[in-house]
Amino acid sequence: MSAPVSLSEPAFPPLRINPELVRRILVGFISNEVRKVGFERVVLGLSGGVDSSLVATLAAEALGADNVLTVIMPYKTSDPKSKSDALQVVQQLGIQHLEIDISPQIDAYFAHFPDADQKRRGNKMARERMSILYDQSWVWRALVIGTSNKTELLLGYGTIYGDMASAINPVGDLYKTQVWQLADAVGVPTSIVQKAPSADLWAGQSDETELGFQYRMIDQLLYYLVERRYSVEELKQLGFEEAFIDDIIRRVRENQYKRRLPLIAKLTSRTIDRDFRYPRDWGH
Amino acid sequence: MIKDSRLAVGLVQMDPALGDRARNLERHRQWVRQAATAGVELLVFPELSLTGYFLKDLVAESAISLQGTVMDELRGLSDGLDVVLGAVIEEPDHRYFNASLYFSRGELVHVHRKVYLPTYGMFDEQRYFAGGDRFRSFKTGFGRAGILVCEDIWHLSSAYILSLEGVDMIICPSASPGRGVTTDERLGTAESYGLVCRTYAQFLTTFFLYCNRVGYEDGANFWGGSMVIGPNGDIIAQQEDADEALVLANLDLGDVRRERLANPLLRDERLELTINELRRVLHERTRKPF
Repeated sequence: MSAPVSLSEPAFPPLRINPELVRRILVGFISNEVRKVGFERVVLGLSGGVDSSLVATLAAEALGADNVLTVIMPYKTSDPKSKSDALQVVQQLGIQHLEIDISPQIDAYFAHFPDADQKRRGNKMARERMSILYDQSWVWRALVIGTSNKTELLLGYGTIYGDMASAINPVGDLYKTQVWQLADAVGVPTSIVQKAPSADLWAGQSDETELGFQYRMIDQLLYYLVERRYSVEELKQLGFEEAFIDDIIRRVRENQYKRRLPLIAKLTSRTIDRDFRYPRDWGH
Repeated sequence: MIKDSRLAVGLVQMDPALGDRARNLERHRQWVRQAATAGVELLVFPELSLTGYFLKDLVAESAISLQGTVMDELRGLSDGLDVVLGAVIEEPDHRYFNASLYFSRGELVHVHRKVYLPTYGMFDEQRYFAGGDRFRSFKTGFGRAGILVCEDIWHLSSAYILSLEGVDMIICPSASPGRGVTTDERLGTAESYGLVCRTYAQFLTTFFLYCNRVGYEDGANFWGGSMVIGPNGDIIAQQEDADEALVLANLDLGDVRRERLANPLLRDERLELTINELRRVLHERTRKPF
């Protein structure tokens, strides 16, 4: 287990944000991008973690609490604290919620594959939750709103077509350490902001243990690598360990496919997304 | 000489619908009516106000021709006040330009075709547009004016050329997406534009009208912040937020004369020296062996 997040420890200076400015832009983003395509509502999976708690908070401000449906989808090995944290957010915001235990459908499937490892089961759970959210989006006439932050998108620390699937994502350009700052400022319960980040596939799981590095360190490196485009040589001169640099760069590169649409074999002169290029907000 | 030295300007900080020209034209009519009621004499719309900004392959179908029927409707907007608006222009040779058009008394007075087309980072304009090939000022009922569209102002020479033509005001319609989040209260882009616009106004002793759009396109936000700056560099009016707004300002056009008396920077400008030095630089560049 890694140490809990300490809010008293200030974020790396270049990644510090003005939370009020960011809040205003993201609330405007949700309100604008949802409504102009004819929707009033959003649906999201609420895990009890900081990312989805933040998105729920921003969505409630943008659209009104009645227009935010959260779905709490525990598996039998999920930490019970996750559910109580999620319910605390639901109560605090006065948003709608549904609870669906995914254990029966997961277990029914893996009865065919009893030897499946944790990673495979975790991916299946993420996609099962996605499938529930998209079903609820149909019932509720709501857009699925995403909760993947920039750090996990860059590292590929997520399940493609699982938790990475959404119609719009307000926090995908915020690093994890920036999510903490914003969540704290908009009133996400401190206990949620400060707890160790976890995919919660089993009690006690920890992102930072699995990744092998602290988010604070990862975000610092990503800042220089992605935002400032430092070379590997320059990163070493800043004092980052070579193994750390190599590992992070490898993750970013190997997971590029997760951040893109499927490759299409080119045949015609106007292939979708390559030379048939239209904005998604076409006509809005 | 200008008879009445007062000028009421309006900046329409609007959120155009992406690729919906008919809807945007109707919204232009509404803003013009609102501005006319407020006594505005010169009304400025943002860059590509008729079409939205991130058009991509919609450029061709969003375009209008200077000879076409849509122009009649655009001219009609200016029956009661002067109007600057943004449109995609298709030339008879089928080149498409990101253009800003100045209308007065039901006539087209001037067209500026954006010269500097940003094609880096989040921008891809050269993929879709042809670049303009000139910076020209033109006469209005309120003195001499010049138009620079958004990225044009990030090249010093553009404003410098207009200044030497003797403009009283530079009009800058813009579609600037916000980015650069720090601990500051404003976005990095807002800070940069504020710095550039005020610098131009003060260095060139000219009014500067900066009209930026608002709204979101494919997740990118436009930060608004439209501003009117006097020839001494002071901000006369500014919309601080990114909401739709009609920003109003009353200018005293006599400020240009008074500022140039106090700070005769334009008088002291050495045009011939500048040209000679630029010619030398060009010559030396072309003489390089490889």
